[in-house]
Amino acid sequence: MLDELLITILLTSVPLVFAATGELVAEKSGVLNLGVEGMMLMGAVAAFGMTLQFGNPYIGIIGGGIAGGFTAAIFAFFVLGLATNQVATGLALTIFGTGLSGLLGAPLVGQAIDGLPELSIPFLSELAVVGVIFSLDIMAYLSVFVVALVSWFLNQTKPGLVLRSVGINHDSAHALGYQVLKVRFYAVVFGGVMAGLGGAYLPLVLTPHWAEGMTAGRGWIALALVVFAAWRPYRVIVGAILFGAVTIFQLLGQAKGWAIPIQFMSMMPYLVTIFVLVIMSGSSRIAIGAPKELGRIFTSGR
Amino acid sequence: MITLTPRGHVPWQLTFAIPILAVVLTIMAGGVIFAILGFEPLETLYEFFIKPLSQPYQFGNLLVKACPLIIIGTGLVFCYRANIWNIGAEGQLIFGALGAGLLALSFPEVTSKWFLLPMAMAAMLAGALWAFVPAVLKVRYNTNEILVSLMLTYVAGFFLDWLVRGPWRDPMSFGFPLTPSYGDGALISALILPGIGRLGQLHWAVPLSFIVALAGWFVMRHSLTGFQVRVIGNAPQAGKFAGFKPDRVTYGVLLASGGLAGLAGMIEVSANIGQLQPNVSFGYGFTAIIVVFLARLNPLAVIVAGLVVALAELGGDAAQISLGVPKVVTGVFKGILLFMLLSGETLTHYHIRFGAAKLASKTQQESEHA
Repeated sequence: MLDELLITILLTSVPLVFAATGELVAEKSGVLNLGVEGMMLMGAVAAFGMTLQFGNPYIGIIGGGIAGGFTAAIFAFFVLGLATNQVATGLALTIFGTGLSGLLGAPLVGQAIDGLPELSIPFLSELAVVGVIFSLDIMAYLSVFVVALVSWFLNQTKPGLVLRSVGINHDSAHALGYQVLKVRFYAVVFGGVMAGLGGAYLPLVLTPHWAEGMTAGRGWIALALVVFAAWRPYRVIVGAILFGAVTIFQLLGQAKGWAIPIQFMSMMPYLVTIFVLVIMSGSSRIAIGAPKELGRIFTSGR
Repeated sequence: MITLTPRGHVPWQLTFAIPILAVVLTIMAGGVIFAILGFEPLETLYEFFIKPLSQPYQFGNLLVKACPLIIIGTGLVFCYRANIWNIGAEGQLIFGALGAGLLALSFPEVTSKWFLLPMAMAAMLAGALWAFVPAVLKVRYNTNEILVSLMLTYVAGFFLDWLVRGPWRDPMSFGFPLTPSYGDGALISALILPGIGRLGQLHWAVPLSFIVALAGWFVMRHSLTGFQVRVIGNAPQAGKFAGFKPDRVTYGVLLASGGLAGLAGMIEVSANIGQLQPNVSFGYGFTAIIVVFLARLNPLAVIVAGLVVALAELGGDAAQISLGVPKVVTGVFKGILLFMLLSGETLTHYHIRFGAAKLASKTQQESEHA
């Protein structure tokens, strides 16, 4: 029972880790992309379709990442190229992605795929209780690796420093000769690839089907997670596991026959998100790492 | 590379041309999508945008579909003008339906139509209450209203689901998740036009939606309240110097838009459904966001924009039934339309040039300043 609970919590948190880490990088460069939900859905439908087509979930992973990246590139074109309002464009991307994924996925409804296989790490996976952590799928391991990579990139490398400085003050960064829009383009597309991977995880591991709007608000929760993590990559994992645990409560409640109606259990992740947002916004945002230029349009120098 | 150079002044023709251009381009993009999907583009577009208007009664249905969009859209105009991003109108709509439903289900024997008045008040109160949460969190803790209002939409959906499956369920519903049907007093009657009779589903709340938009326009354009909203949204610093209170504006616009969304929820149930069920809206709260941008944040234009978007919704239904085009294609249209409209905003404020050299753009800027 404990094993199963732990594994379900971990599995539920993986898509959130991917999507939130990607959004974190985009936001660090100063771009707020509210289209995470749309990008995740595009990733999910692409991953499902590719896996169905080629019978290989690993191709599905790649397909999901590429689809997410392309969807983000649309956002980048409008927000960076045409300097449109980031909030509204992000909403448009979510509406567009939800619609397009539904359209592409319409012929796929009702079909099933073989998801990603478990990859047990020898010896470690045989440990009691914590052994389950080492008998997950490749994407779960990858998600931790990505967080480590992003943390290293942002804090230890020069390009990472440039990316952060663009997010802190784009006019200064521009004056120093950095190409603000180019940096932001890469950051946004990276965010899209990650959101696509997060979306891909849903049909590849969690449920082997495609359903319209199957992300059910995970993209929005990922956005909240970035705030929760105070723009620090490792904290994303902590937050995602916390949310995974909250989601799992409803299953536990059902299994144990708690008297609380299921609908109230289902509300929990959303209510906890609000609660967490309130706590985080109580502290000074700048001090906890919020990029100063977040959501601001860069137009100087052209 | 795309080069943007600020315009000296905005030609007035652009204000009108851009929404029209956006709609035309979206329809053209739609044709391309249909062709890719293997549908005959012109036939499908005809089915989508012309056929739903080929019978007089269909105009009635169009107005009915536009009604909640216009009411919600009017409220959202105030939010977005004030730079407050309420995207949880869907949840506020659901709460409005619940507020009105509480009255309707408590007094099922009432037959007087005056009952609709307290119901509307209850709906607006409940919708405003749901919008009060992001408002107070924004003002007190500077919490992001986008995420809070959206999260509350999910919560509202689950709450409604629990009510109609649990405490409010009709014991005679054979296990269906439905409340008892509303009494006569809680239903909005069909509008009988003199000389024509019934026009599709046309009901009495449709003219009300026009009045709401008109009132919204008046407040925005000709009152100090509207002026404050615009100033706080455009130039918060200037607003503060003028003695306007940004917090009060935040509360005002969120409560107003929540109240109007709630009213739309009550109308949806009382005019079209007649009882509460797990789903009382077809995403009107989200669709209204597109309406607001198509109207370029002008309450009067919300009427026209509401009708245009409602047409796309009806067309989606029609094309699904007659040609088997998946209904979600409407969502793609909505997304593309919003992209086009936002690009249009850029076109209004900047000259856009593709691949222009940096030097050229600089001299252009200088000549404009001269």
